[in-house]
Amino acid sequence: MEIKVLGSGCAKCKTLEKVTREAVAELSLDATVEKVEDIQKIIEYGVMITPALVIDGQVVLKGKVPKMKEMKEILTK
Amino acid sequence: MINYLKKNTHKIAILLIAWFAFYKYLTQITNFIIDDVFKLEEGKHLTETLRFFIYEVPKVFLLLILIIFLVGILRSYFSPEKTRKALQGKSLFTGNIMASLLGTVTPFCSCSAIPLFLGFVEAGIPIGITFSFLIAAPMINEVAVVLLIGLFGWKVTLIYFFTGLFVAIFSGWLIGVLKLEKYVADWVFKAKSKNQESEQNKIEFKDRIQLGITGVKEIVGKIWIYIIIGIAVGAGAHGYVPEDFLSTLMSKANWYSVPLAIVVGIPLYSNAAGIIPIISVLIEKGVSLGTALAFMMSVIGLSLPEIIILKKVLKMQLIAIFVGVVALGIVIVGFVLNYIVFT
Repeated sequence: MEIKVLGSGCAKCKTLEKVTREAVAELSLDATVEKVEDIQKIIEYGVMITPALVIDGQVVLKGKVPKMKEMKEILTK
Repeated sequence: MINYLKKNTHKIAILLIAWFAFYKYLTQITNFIIDDVFKLEEGKHLTETLRFFIYEVPKVFLLLILIIFLVGILRSYFSPEKTRKALQGKSLFTGNIMASLLGTVTPFCSCSAIPLFLGFVEAGIPIGITFSFLIAAPMINEVAVVLLIGLFGWKVTLIYFFTGLFVAIFSGWLIGVLKLEKYVADWVFKAKSKNQESEQNKIEFKDRIQLGITGVKEIVGKIWIYIIIGIAVGAGAHGYVPEDFLSTLMSKANWYSVPLAIVVGIPLYSNAAGIIPIISVLIEKGVSLGTALAFMMSVIGLSLPEIIILKKVLKMQLIAIFVGVVALGIVIVGFVLNYIVFT
């Protein structure tokens, strides 16, 4: 699984990255988590509100930081 | 929605009654604490300062919780994608009005200004209309509305709302008329998204309630300290600074007070929570409403951090014009309020 956290330096973006990494670790998923800060790359995903979460090229979440439980559901779907 | 409300009627009713009761009897509760519990002498500086603080803090928080919650539910019906769709193909002026109105309700944070700008440009929305959105979004928001209601009442809140809209519509329209597309950074028009329109899943009404609650926690969690400090400063000034202290410098008798307030306000950066209690002090001490609102708009509507963010997508010339045009709009608002509405 290839996970990308899209977002420039804002506080929520950092929180999303943290929650994502923690959830991946707790679920012991076989996944790579990458933070994408380059605005041109972010735009390629058609996202207009950051932070956003991309799993295997698919935008699954934007503009908010989910709770841990919700994040786990997203990752295991 | 109807089902959800039916199922939870008693809960909602209890919460609302508790809210209104607390709000209604706040004056009595405050007076009881000040006069009967602490037995402070009425009319003294310290007493009145404390009375102001003990009354205003819970009042503003009560308003914040209710209004942010309701706005959170309202915002859940909007998204940048829907707003973009609504604005596509709209003519100048109509587009500016719609963009400004949508700017007040679409979920937005200034850290998303760039992706939003690019997304709008990509969809062929003229930059003038995009600017109307970007000006209205930070300037008119629920926190500003709550604090204005709490500290100044409905009338001033409505004046701020409509003059703020005017600034956003006017500035965006003028930028549109001037045809400034050439001053947008060249790479912006090349940026293309591969997969536009990722469909939002349907959300139920109880999720919207949840979004409202999350909004309250997030926003109050972020601004409570500014509000308490702001009201404390306001309370101190209320009791100690002489009335009319600022009136010679900033009254409407001085024509330059509005431009001066704006020039001072632009480099200052604060959210609505920090600035409005200060504004209330300014007004109480003799600054005219037009000047005070112009100051507030320039502080929260135009800010250095936002300008630095926008520099990524705009050339210097356009940034200068943007700041100039918004400042001009605010000057008009200040003068109209000072000389025409409140003469």
